[in-house]
Amino acid sequence: MTQEISRPRKKNPVLRTRLPTLPPAARSRIALGLTAAAAQGRFELQQCGECGSVQYPPREACQSCLSTRLSWKEQSGEGELLASTVLHHSNDLFFRERLPWRLGLVRLGSGPMVVTHLHGDVPAAPAKVRVAARLDRAGQAVLVALPDKETPHMADDRQLREFTCDPKFRKVLVTDGKTAVGQALVKGILKAEADLVWVGHAEPWKKFTGLDELQIIPQVTLVPLDLTDSKNVRELAAEIGGKVDILINNSEYHRAFGIANRQGVETARAEMDVNYFGLLRLAQEFGPAMRSRGADGLASAVAWVNLLSIYALANFPSHGTFSASKAAAQSLAQCLRAEMRPAGVRVVNVFPGPIDDEWNQLLPPPKIAPQSLANAVVKALRDGIEDVYPGDVAQEWLERWRDNPKALERELAA
Amino acid sequence: MNAVSSFIEAFASGKIRVVDLTQTLSPEFPYIALPPEMGQAWPFRIEEVSRYDERGPAWYWNNFSCGEHTGTHFDAPIHWVSGKDLPNTATDSIPPERFIGPACVLDCSRESAADPDFLLTVEFIKTWEKQHGQIPAKSWVLMRTDWSKRHDPVEYQNYDETGQHTPGPDVDAVKFLVAERDVLGFGTESIGTDAGQAYHLRPPYPCHYFMHGAGRYGLQCLTNLDQLPPTGAMVVAAPLKIRNGSGSPLRALALVSS
Repeated sequence: MTQEISRPRKKNPVLRTRLPTLPPAARSRIALGLTAAAAQGRFELQQCGECGSVQYPPREACQSCLSTRLSWKEQSGEGELLASTVLHHSNDLFFRERLPWRLGLVRLGSGPMVVTHLHGDVPAAPAKVRVAARLDRAGQAVLVALPDKETPHMADDRQLREFTCDPKFRKVLVTDGKTAVGQALVKGILKAEADLVWVGHAEPWKKFTGLDELQIIPQVTLVPLDLTDSKNVRELAAEIGGKVDILINNSEYHRAFGIANRQGVETARAEMDVNYFGLLRLAQEFGPAMRSRGADGLASAVAWVNLLSIYALANFPSHGTFSASKAAAQSLAQCLRAEMRPAGVRVVNVFPGPIDDEWNQLLPPPKIAPQSLANAVVKALRDGIEDVYPGDVAQEWLERWRDNPKALERELAA
Repeated sequence: MNAVSSFIEAFASGKIRVVDLTQTLSPEFPYIALPPEMGQAWPFRIEEVSRYDERGPAWYWNNFSCGEHTGTHFDAPIHWVSGKDLPNTATDSIPPERFIGPACVLDCSRESAADPDFLLTVEFIKTWEKQHGQIPAKSWVLMRTDWSKRHDPVEYQNYDETGQHTPGPDVDAVKFLVAERDVLGFGTESIGTDAGQAYHLRPPYPCHYFMHGAGRYGLQCLTNLDQLPPTGAMVVAAPLKIRNGSGSPLRALALVSS
């Protein structure tokens, strides 16, 4: 059984902080299909449109009939462990520092035989397992065989924790505690056993609903944080940047305007200043410290979460300037992801549909509740997911966008 | 000896002291807050262009941004709808001699400490005049509340769920100062020339409404008013020459006899 991890001891300040290393990251373009699905928490393999066989590893053609009519299909992951081994030596820097390392050979119910990382709670072969595709520290999909049934403290498995961004015992910054989403995030992350949470609040003289409730939580420290003020961001990063393990950027400025129903650029500029430049300021100031702590023990710097919007994929004209600012933020978040990857720090982008808040008051339901959004973020961290589309609206939009982006553009403009 | 040479001589011999009435422009300094659905003034923000580094090896400089009504600032009559049709009411068209004027400093610090919603009344003004003489025409009337000593932005803004609570003049006091005393303008230490709850006065924001409606000016976020005598200080308050500007941050100075 997995030993429950205990609160990490205080760091010995005279020892050098271990530098981040990455597991092998090279993949073929075809193999990135596995990563694309794993980024959203799905395990997909290629299935042949001619003969129906499911194959692994991914290839350009069907290994049974040479057809190129291959498509990615979601897998249940059910399988049987045929053999296991423990690695005690590796010349790979990443694994060398994490030995011993357990590996298994699994026959999937859908056919293929796969080599997997093996969870500590899976008994000796033969044993039923559930294979999942997870992103490793290099951001690439790998297969992990998990026990077929949930076991106690399963998430605390030493190997599994290398693939997840579990908030347990980690220190978190939530950039905006003034919104219902921010407050739900703080509570959700603490329920997931985060060590402590810094909670930003801009314009501290404006009292906000929920402030009193936040203030009495012992693990919460309120910090003035206004993403439009570079000096403020810089000074906060100087103060706590070296301790933040998970940064959740939920600050956003949202007004419901298109181009024609608001004169001038002031509102749009304010949206860009928070939603786009705010992310840039945070990334410049907190990025370097987090990158330096990507392998800092049990509670290393591990994730950066951006609250984007499904409108980042396609413009919703009645919230047109907001959509544009989120599209800009998504593009920058991709840059951040590339820059954080060498340190193994995952950038998680969250694309909700309309949130049930005052700026979406006139939109009819369904609107995602702040609580559901927070739950989705915590789940994504625990499962190591990189792209999150929480709620029915986000899922539907994603589906329609994938199917035909031009059709969605026309539909949203209707 | 002409008037300016007497001034130069007095200044050179240290008989005149300069009091800085200006708060430092910084991102932390509070700014006016409107309901979020309305257009918002920019707070003061500053970004480094270079600092003797690869962005500019031998020089240090910044870009800054802010609204016309940020920090210690000047309100021109065109700022308010009541003053919009008057002549020469914008920062570039106000005659420059209006930027220099004597000041009467009314000490309301005790009253404001006791009641953050304190309103300056005609009665208060007349009591002050009994002691210091009638407010001369074309004077600045500066309301000293010691509000500038509230260094914590939360204390300075003093919000609760009914809005802001800061002192200011009442409706009749403003009318009296304009009609009976022909003042140059009205200045305060808090974020506006009107009281925090002035939206509920009739008319709302009387100091803005009547002062600007009569072509008079406003100064707000002043500091160091406690260093000024009740009368006898000369205020120099020239806004930036923004074309058709409604106001501007400025360096407000007072000259006093030392």
